[in-house]
Order: sequence, then structure tokens, then C-alpha cells
Amino acid sequence: MSTNVLEHKTSNLIKDAGSFPSSEVMLDLKNLKKVYPTPKGDYVVLEDLNLQIKKEEFVTIIGHSGCGKTTMLSMIAGLNPISGGYISVLGKHIKGPGPDRGVIFQAPSLMPWMTSLQNVLLGVNQVFPHATKAQRHDIAKYYLQKVGLEDAFNKKASDLSQGMQQRVGIARAFAIKPKVLLLDEPFGMLDSLTRGELQDTLIEIWNKEKITAVMITHDVDEAIFLADRVVMMTSGPKAKIGDVLDIDFERPRTRKAVLEHDDYYKYRKHLIDFLEH
Amino acid sequence: MGLGFLGTIKDLFTGKLEKEDFISFLRKVVVPLASILLFIGLWHMGSQSLYNIEAEFKIEKALEDQGPAAAEALRECIASGESGCQPNTLPSPSQVWASYQSLLRDHNIISADKAAFIEKTAVLNEKRIAEGKEPITYTGRPSFVDQIFRSLKTVFAGFLLALLIAVPLGIFIGLSPTLKSAFNWFIQIFKPVSPVVWYLLVFMIVKTVLIDSNEDSSFTISFISVGLCSMWATLVNTAMGVSSVDKDYINVAKVLKLGSFQKIFKVVLPSSLPLIFTGLKITLSVAWMVLIAIELLAQSPGLGLFVWEEFQNGANDSNAKIIVAMFVIGIIGFLLDRLMLTIQNWVSFDKTDAI
Ligand SMILES: Nc1ncnc2c1ncn2[C@@H]1O[C@H](COP(=O)(O)OP(=O)(O)O)[C@@H](O)[C@H]1O
Ligand SMILES: [Mg+2]
Repeated sequence: MSTNVLEHKTSNLIKDAGSFPSSEVMLDLKNLKKVYPTPKGDYVVLEDLNLQIKKEEFVTIIGHSGCGKTTMLSMIAGLNPISGGYISVLGKHIKGPGPDRGVIFQAPSLMPWMTSLQNVLLGVNQVFPHATKAQRHDIAKYYLQKVGLEDAFNKKASDLSQGMQQRVGIARAFAIKPKVLLLDEPFGMLDSLTRGELQDTLIEIWNKEKITAVMITHDVDEAIFLADRVVMMTSGPKAKIGDVLDIDFERPRTRKAVLEHDDYYKYRKHLIDFLEH
Repeated sequence: MGLGFLGTIKDLFTGKLEKEDFISFLRKVVVPLASILLFIGLWHMGSQSLYNIEAEFKIEKALEDQGPAAAEALRECIASGESGCQPNTLPSPSQVWASYQSLLRDHNIISADKAAFIEKTAVLNEKRIAEGKEPITYTGRPSFVDQIFRSLKTVFAGFLLALLIAVPLGIFIGLSPTLKSAFNWFIQIFKPVSPVVWYLLVFMIVKTVLIDSNEDSSFTISFISVGLCSMWATLVNTAMGVSSVDKDYINVAKVLKLGSFQKIFKVVLPSSLPLIFTGLKITLSVAWMVLIAIELLAQSPGLGLFVWEEFQNGANDSNAKIIVAMFVIGIIGFLLDRLMLTIQNWVSFDKTDAI
């Protein structure tokens, strides 16, 4: 068993070196570096971080709290300046934020004074300025239906439960049809039952849209269930990619099939071993 | 909200009151009523003893200056209740109530007078307008109720001015750190300036600006002063609300690449509305508070001028009328506050925010 794990580690480390044909690469992080100036001097959070993510790939990222996962994701989103290296989407270096990279934040971050429909429309109107009003409404409603909110179009966001708010967050992100979807522990604040439901909703809509997704999670089971690859980050400072694990379950997946699969516990052990060292 | 006790009273009369509600009924209805009665009782006793002190002093003085006969005559005069010789001090609750009634009667008389005047001049005025002349208007003495409405007009004009200056300026200051540092000293210095000084400043400026106009500038001066005195809370709160919008909302706006117009009207403003309204609420109550002093200084018609004229007047029931005005000012201030609170709750997305 333990030799098996080692094999996995080495084989994946080689894969990590950026060996995908460039036509397949959606998101490329190259020698990425992030320095936060602090009163006690510069704090290097990330250094020499290299990661390629393929088109239509779902990648989950795990790592110890404080290692720099949010920092990395917010840099991809363009909300956090890059200190060194570069990030490119389809070969083009990113400059600041933009709707080609949709974000689902940990807090639902809906405008509480708007209805769920208005929240989704805020993005849709921006991305499809030439569509008619009816078309834009249709898009927004379609995605709200997809996340199970057909009865809550006109509910104020502040009147929705946390789980429902995060559903609107998912609809808002998918509705702008981004090239890359970035998720920062989107279900971290939910109870485990709701979390499971939202994972199902997310993966269902993702199966249809196949938008390249990068999702941070601290839940090992969530990481395995959703991902094509699980990326493990080393602890900071100067965090980088420590290991990458391919999850070879076929899609579409069901939770039951995943849990009953022979490889499931092997994957799980691999991730937990990494986190415990 | 605030008037919740009305609901409890309704429940009481419709028999919906359960035993468990009894405590809350006690707290919400009985206790306030008891405290009002206690207040009136204390006031009555206080005014009575002030009355006695003043009366004794007057009689003493008469005794010293004019001898025992005059003192005795004065004592009898006071006891008889004749208005000419009454001690002039804090009026009792019943005197204030009587004054209130007499002010109402006075208002009815003046209104009737005015209506009659308008009826009488209607035909004549039509003719004058047809000839291109100014119509004749009623120039009689305003009643107490007229004064209230003039004060309300002044305070709303001032409030509107404050709103129109402070909200846009607050938004700009809140959005731009540069503007913030440019304006900060200005706000810090002018915020604590007293209403009297504002009045004098506005007076200096408006007097010159309107030098050619022979219209009465007292209204203009007083509403501008009220606006300038009261706008600071709104300015500071708006700037604070705008500059402290939740970072998540700003990030959403950035990711969606909202333009500045969209960002301000769809994200920044709605999210700072609760704070803006808290500011506006303070502004309106400050406006109402300083209004009285400013009307008094500006000789602009209204409750402030009413109070001042009654004080100067020194008639027998002047003190009682001043107390009536005091209650009216207090109650209107309270109602204005409730009005703002209601609007605030209505526009606010976060129902727990408003206090
Ligand atoms: N704006 C900042 N300024 C300084 N240090 C920061 C800032 N943001 C995050 N950090 C530090 O960078 C490290 C990584 O943070 P973060 O990316 O939030 O970690 P994670 O999401 O993996 O828990 C932490 O040690 C955190 O304290
Ligand atoms: Mg984080």
C-alpha cells in the first residue's frame, strides 16, 4: 500500500512540470510568486508555484489553512496583484479581474437588497449587453432553475438561507459563462447536509457546462468527489504545489458509486497522508 | 415600531390580550401613563411652590416699599386671582392647558377672519389679476398653528438643502481618498460650529447677495442656516457608508467589471443606504432643534419667533404659551424622528440595522 502511494507521488510530480500540450491548457500559473509586505518585513506566501489546468478540467486544491490558497485564487481572479511570474488564460496574460473568470466566494456575497433574479441579472446584463431584455431574463432564470431556485426568483437575497444564497452564487457565476470558474471554499460555511446537496447541484450543472473549475476546499471527501485532479499545496511560507493526484472516476459520478469504488480509500489515504506530513 | 404600544392598546380593547401579555401591557402602557401622571403631579407641586415664593417676595417688597396697607391689598389681589397682580413664574399644568385651548380658539378666530377676507376680496382680486395688478393678500397676524406650519416649512427646506449638499458630497468623499483628505479638515472644523455663528455667517452672505431684492430674506437666511448646521451628520455618515462597503460586494463589482455608474448606483449606494439614513435622521432632528434658535435670531416667522415674542411680551399667560410651544416642539420633533425611522426601515435591506 505505501509503495503504491509513493508511486503516485512521483508520477504526479513529473506530470506537474507543465507537460500538457499548450492547446489543451486553459489556465497556466508560471513561477508564480506572492509577497505581502508586513511590518516585520516581506512575507513570501507563494514562490515558484507552477500549475497548469486543462480545458474542461475540474481541479480541487487542498492545503493547510494559511498556506496561501485564497491568495493564489484571488491572484487568478485578478483581485490580488502578482509579485512575480505570470498567470495566463488561454495563453493570454491576465490583467486585473474580468468576467472571463467567474468567482464563487466563501460568503455568498449577494447584494442583499436585490432579489435572486436581480443578483444573477447584474452579471448577465454586463456580459450580454446586446441581448434583449427578455433574453437576458431567460438566461438568468435558466440558471436559477438549474440550481433549484425556480420558486425564489423574486425573493430578496437577504431572505434566503445560507444554502439558497450560495445556490444563487452558483447561478450567478455560471450565467456569465466564464472561461474559468474559481471557487474558494464555497460550502465551508454550510452544514454537512446542505453541503452535500450543493455539491450535487454544482456537479450537475458543471457536467452540462464543463467550465474549467478551480476549487479550494478543506474537505478531503469533497475534493475527491468533485475533482479530476486534486492539487496539494505545501505549507507556507513559500508554498508551492506539493503533489497532484489524478482521480480516475468516470463522469457523471454519483456519490454512492464514488464511495463504493475500490480506489476511493486509496485516494483518501493519499491526501490525508500528505496533509499529515 | 415606536408606536407599538398602540397595538397593545388595540388588543386590550378587542379582548385579545392573554394573561402572559399582562406584564408587557404593564410595561408598555401602564408604566408610561403612570410616569406621565407623576411628571404632571411633580410639575404641579413645583409650580405651586414657585408661585408661593414669588407671591411672598412680592408682598414682602410691597410691605417694605409702600407699607402694610399696600401689602395687604396685594395679598387680596393675588388671592382673588386677578390677572394684573399675579406672580410671574413657572405656569402650572392647568394654566398651560388653558393657554393651549386659548391658542386654538385664537387660531379658529384668525382662520375665520382669513376665510372671510379671502371671500370678500375674491371678486376684487380677480379684477386686479385681469388688470395685471398684484392681488391683495391677507396680512393679518399669523395664528399659533400657522407658526407651526411655517416652522415645518423652514425645517424641511433646510433639511432638503442639507440632503442635496451632504449626500452627493459624502458620496464623492467616500469614493475618493484624495477628496477625503482634502475635505477632512474642513469637516472637522465646521462640524462643531454653533447654530448662532452659522446664522451670522449666512446672514453676512445672503444680505449682500440679495441686496437688490426688497423681499424678506429672513426665510432664506434661516433655512440656509438650518441646512448648514444640520448637514454634517449626513455628510460624515454618507462618506463613511460609501467608503466602508463590504469588500465582497466590491469584488463582485470588479469581477463583473461594472462601470463606475453601475457600481455606484447598484452596489455602493444601496449598501450604504442604512448609514445614509441614520445620518439623515440625525440631520432632521438637529435641524428641528436649531431651527428654534435660528428663527429667533433671524426674526423669521415660526415657533422660534413665537417663543421669543411671547417672552418679550411678558403678558400674563406668556409663560404658559411658551410651555405650550415647548411641548409642541418636542412632540413634532418626536414625530419627525419616527417618520425618518419608518422611511429608513422601509428602504433598508437589513431590518435590524435601524435603531
Ligand atoms: N493582505 C494580506 N497582507 C498580509 N498578509 C496576508 C494578507 N492576506 C493573507 N495574508 C497571509 O498570507 C497567508 C496566506 O493566506 P491565505 O491565502 O488566506 O491562506 P489560506 O486561504 O490557504 O488559508 C497567511 O499567513 C495570511 O496571514
Ligand atoms: Mg482561505
